[in-house]
Amino acid sequence: MTTIEDVHRSDVRRGTPSAAVVEARNLGRDYKFGEESIHALKGVTFDVGEKDYVAVVGPSGCGKSTLLNLLGVVDSPSQGTVRIRGHDVGSMRDREATSFRLHNIGFVFQRFYLMPTLSALENIELPMAEAGKKKGERVARGRELLAYVGLGHRERHRPSQLSGGEQQRVAIARALANNPAILLADEPTGELDAKTGGEVISLFERLNGDGTTIIVVTHDEVLARAAHRRIHMRDGSIVDE
Amino acid sequence: MRFALAWSSLRRHTTRTLLATLGVAVAAAMLLDMVMMSTGMRESFRELLLSRGFQLRLAPKGTLPFDTDATIKNTSGILTILRTNPAITTVSPVLGGTIQIPRGNRVVTSSALGINPLVQGDYELLAGKDPLADDAIVGNDDFLKATGARIGDTLDIASGYDPELRTYAASRKMVLTGRVRFLYGAADQLATAMRLGTLQQLSGTEHANDASLFMIRIRNDSEVEGVRRWTERMIPGVSGISTATALVQVDQRLSYFRQLAVILGSVSLFVGFLLVTTLVTVSVNERIGEITVMRALGVSRSHIVQQIVMEATALMITGSIAGLGLGLATGHYLNAILSSFPGLPVAINFFLFQPSSAWTALGLLALSGIAAGVYPSFRAASLPIATTLRQDAIA
Repeated sequence: MTTIEDVHRSDVRRGTPSAAVVEARNLGRDYKFGEESIHALKGVTFDVGEKDYVAVVGPSGCGKSTLLNLLGVVDSPSQGTVRIRGHDVGSMRDREATSFRLHNIGFVFQRFYLMPTLSALENIELPMAEAGKKKGERVARGRELLAYVGLGHRERHRPSQLSGGEQQRVAIARALANNPAILLADEPTGELDAKTGGEVISLFERLNGDGTTIIVVTHDEVLARAAHRRIHMRDGSIVDE
Repeated sequence: MRFALAWSSLRRHTTRTLLATLGVAVAAAMLLDMVMMSTGMRESFRELLLSRGFQLRLAPKGTLPFDTDATIKNTSGILTILRTNPAITTVSPVLGGTIQIPRGNRVVTSSALGINPLVQGDYELLAGKDPLADDAIVGNDDFLKATGARIGDTLDIASGYDPELRTYAASRKMVLTGRVRFLYGAADQLATAMRLGTLQQLSGTEHANDASLFMIRIRNDSEVEGVRRWTERMIPGVSGISTATALVQVDQRLSYFRQLAVILGSVSLFVGFLLVTTLVTVSVNERIGEITVMRALGVSRSHIVQQIVMEATALMITGSIAGLGLGLATGHYLNAILSSFPGLPVAINFFLFQPSSAWTALGLLALSGIAAGVYPSFRAASLPIATTLRQDAIA
């Protein structure tokens, strides 16, 4: 069986040396709706270390997804800083942020978001093609990752020919394509039944066991319990850990 | 990978893509036809005027070179003057007229050209011989069909019919020696040619020294303008019409067609542009979630723009190539209709295909395809990732 050592040849672009992979300091995010200002995130501070497995839990609207967007460099904080592997990602311009996401962040979404016209293998190739990797290299790594998530026999299948659990496993393989520093997952079991959700949870445990740093936002108690750390949020703040 | 994504996006809704391609093909066909029409008539006229190597025509003032009803007096005197100019190598005088041929209990009326068969530039001999003898005549297929005559037959040729007296001014027997195709003949026009002197005699004593037109070959093209000015100075009452000046006259008389072509061509280009913009915008709106996820995965804005512009351009180019065939077919069909326009030479092509026309049409469409992809692609690539993902999830 393929192990993460086979597929996780880290080529992460390292910045200032830091013990923590993620450092969030006094992180805040405000949204304006007309005259009204909503404080979605209020002064959040925490670190995530190498090979950590963190679950962010809390009621809907507590700021979990906002936090994940800031850590994933798809949004910018209104206050505070986020550093990932020493890089201050909160102040990056779009071009720099895009490149940083490509090489350092792996995203897994609740709704999988695979490209419906591409095969499983081509979906995994997509971030590698963007990173300029050659076809042969992309195909070889894509097959390794598919084998790792247990879908080696499904590489030519389109998303519509895969079950929900299989689609999510392909999405996880896609997130790992460019050896990211962290894997961010937003409700990865939200659209799955208990059995297939369990398979994804097992896959996360195996990935973390093989050295992948994971931050997952979830309402799923089983998934949250599988993580090593749980950050509880309410009204935009961390209330317990 | 961008090409694969663009291609797969177009294949996702096959029927919609096919319908859009068909729409672009129709617009492209119309654009090509209009480009062909705007340049084709002029080019066709130029080719026709130069087809037998005569660079200059002398015609009565205010007429076009193929208007053979007009007359110039003193042909022999004009020929003598023209032969004094060493730059002129060949002079071919032409007289236009009408003849009647009684056939049984009916009379066939045909146009006739009086020419010098050794230097004529009005017809191509298809079969038989030129009318070298005074009693020889050649005719086109319509003439042969209307009279039922064959090469070698002797025909009664008359002219100057007086409808009150029901008599002819002159008549003679002539031998049909050849079958010809007239370069400037109109569609379904019965036409014949004979020696100039023969037609002058048939036309009556008052036309015994008339011509309708002189066609002139000049040694060097660079001398044409000088000879043209010289003839107008030496021979009052005639216009020297070089190929260039004839084209200017043609341009003036046919400017309506060109304006029409430009307007309709612009409209078809704009319709194609709107069609592709609408289709690509709809397609992008359906894929907002996917595009935003691609951005979240690290795909750059420029690559998103490239992919969508590629889709629009592919639609335009595929439709344009299909439209090329459609445009040629419709151009051929319309040309057949317009060529029967009364009084115009059948050899004139209204829709003359020139590779440059096709490239111009394809180039314009490719550019509008790129322009059509720009708006939806920039819109998609500029969406805020976090907000769009949240909205897509809620939707």
